[in-house]
Amino acid sequence: MLITRKVEFSASHVCRNPRLSDEENQRVFGLAANPNGHGHNYLLEVSLEGDPDPVTGMVFDLKEMKEVLNREVVEPFDHRFLNHEVPPFDRVIPTPENIARDIWRRIEPHFAGRGGRLHSVRLYETPDLYVDYFGEQPCSA
Amino acid sequence: MFRVTRRYQFAASHRLHAPVLSDEENRRVYGKCNNPFGHGHNYVMEVSARGPADAETGAAVDPRRLDELVAREVLGPFEHRNLNCDVDAFRHLTPTSENLAVEICRRLKRSWSTMFPGEWPKLEKVRIAETARNIFEMDAHEIP
Repeated sequence: MLITRKVEFSASHVCRNPRLSDEENQRVFGLAANPNGHGHNYLLEVSLEGDPDPVTGMVFDLKEMKEVLNREVVEPFDHRFLNHEVPPFDRVIPTPENIARDIWRRIEPHFAGRGGRLHSVRLYETPDLYVDYFGEQPCSA
Repeated sequence: MFRVTRRYQFAASHRLHAPVLSDEENRRVYGKCNNPFGHGHNYVMEVSARGPADAETGAAVDPRRLDELVAREVLGPFEHRNLNCDVDAFRHLTPTSENLAVEICRRLKRSWSTMFPGEWPKLEKVRIAETARNIFEMDAHEIP
């Protein structure tokens, strides 16, 4: 069974690779490469997979899940400029793919070995673009 | 591995009518959707592709390339069109949203490699919401 909790945060970012020229960055990232950055209302959906506990009837305590997401993601990310204020995005390009992977790494230890195993991180950059990340997997899937 | 999903919208009309059935059977099977003059929907379509993040760009899918492909293969030919009359595939095939999802997968797959020439990303699925309540999802791997 999957259980999913949503949280939101607003943050700014810029997508540039310092090894590329301004012109190449513009070509690869488009408007997202504008040097002073821009922002999004990110929506994060985190899903845990597991069986309901026979005593509580719950896969995982959603209150605790909310605390983990607020502490590990919302507090460090909300109303921040990711490239300047939230490592590793001083050196990792904050594409939605990389943000989703970083969120996975931040929260996964808090669910490991418990009732619910982290199944997926879905990050909406806008309502029209989102990324699902399922952890490190071989590229055969 | 990442799955990247992009959402698009288009408005189109259609009529559900199977030529092998009688008029009465068509009315029974399709109900209001069999109205001879057709009717329309604001279709919401999600296109999902799967792949690893590129080491240079940190992106698994370039959304702008996907936009270009979807605009050329789907939005251009379908937007503000009558699917039965204006899209060849539906001249003799009922444009149910099931068939629409299959046709969209076919269109995206046939020119996928022109836009994404590498091994990755791969088209994974197309999800069509005909209305907010009726949703159809097609696994692209099932389409040859």
